[in-house]
Amino acid sequence: MTGAENSIPFHEMFHIGGGDFTNAGSISSQVKKILIRAGFSRGVVRRASIATFEAEMNVICYANRGNLSLFIMPDALRVIVEDEGVGIPDVDLAMREGYSTATEKIHELGFGAGMGLSNIKNHTDGMILTSKIGQGTHLEFVISLEGKDKEKVVPLFATRE
Amino acid sequence: MKLREIRDLLDAELITEDANLEKEIKYVNAADLISDVLAYSTGPGALLITGIIHPQVIYAANTIDLGAILFVRGKRPNEATLQLAVENQVPLLTTRYIMFETCGRLYQLGLRACIEKVKNDRGGK
Repeated sequence: MTGAENSIPFHEMFHIGGGDFTNAGSISSQVKKILIRAGFSRGVVRRASIATFEAEMNVICYANRGNLSLFIMPDALRVIVEDEGVGIPDVDLAMREGYSTATEKIHELGFGAGMGLSNIKNHTDGMILTSKIGQGTHLEFVISLEGKDKEKVVPLFATRE
Repeated sequence: MKLREIRDLLDAELITEDANLEKEIKYVNAADLISDVLAYSTGPGALLITGIIHPQVIYAANTIDLGAILFVRGKRPNEATLQLAVENQVPLLTTRYIMFETCGRLYQLGLRACIEKVKNDRGGK
């Protein structure tokens, strides 16, 4: 037993402004910096960064506002994104590669390929997406930590008060 | 292929003045959609050929550890994009060649794509 099992996970929350294209990508950059500082392997950092980037973009493109939370758990990275907005009428359809409801403006900026959610699915070890029309969307994904990445987590918990 | 050779081959201009032109580039991705950039620029250090000049392309580059970005069709990023690139140490170049010509010339000299083909007709990897 390392004690890590009972610890409060490392947690950081970021606010995302809907329609804030100027800063789009800045939160995933911050998440990436945290993960690099924590010493995670290139592969884990890359997968988490890509998934976080896409999740951040979804809030910016389609919601009014949202929060992205990063949790470093003893055996996984967990990211929860909750937004307030129009919601997704058909989650299964939205998950399909190439399906998009993006507006002209979103396309002009190079977004709206309909690949965001499948990109998240393809780069993570588990993903949950739920949505309520007119209220918002809840997205959650995990990236399992194994081997050296798991070893990195233990001291992280030990140094926390 | 070194970034310097790519610059010379395409009459390109290095926009981020202090960037390292000795950087070795092995793989290339060409895309005008951010999700495609993220999905198909596999492996760190790839060159991205694109027409996207918004700051998001730098954030995307940072996310996947791109080696450099080459803007085609004579496109130039604005000051915000340039500053972000400098901060994140992403070399930026611009060429007046269109995307097809740019890709063709680099392919002819041995550079290859990060990913050749997608798995299904919906863009799955």
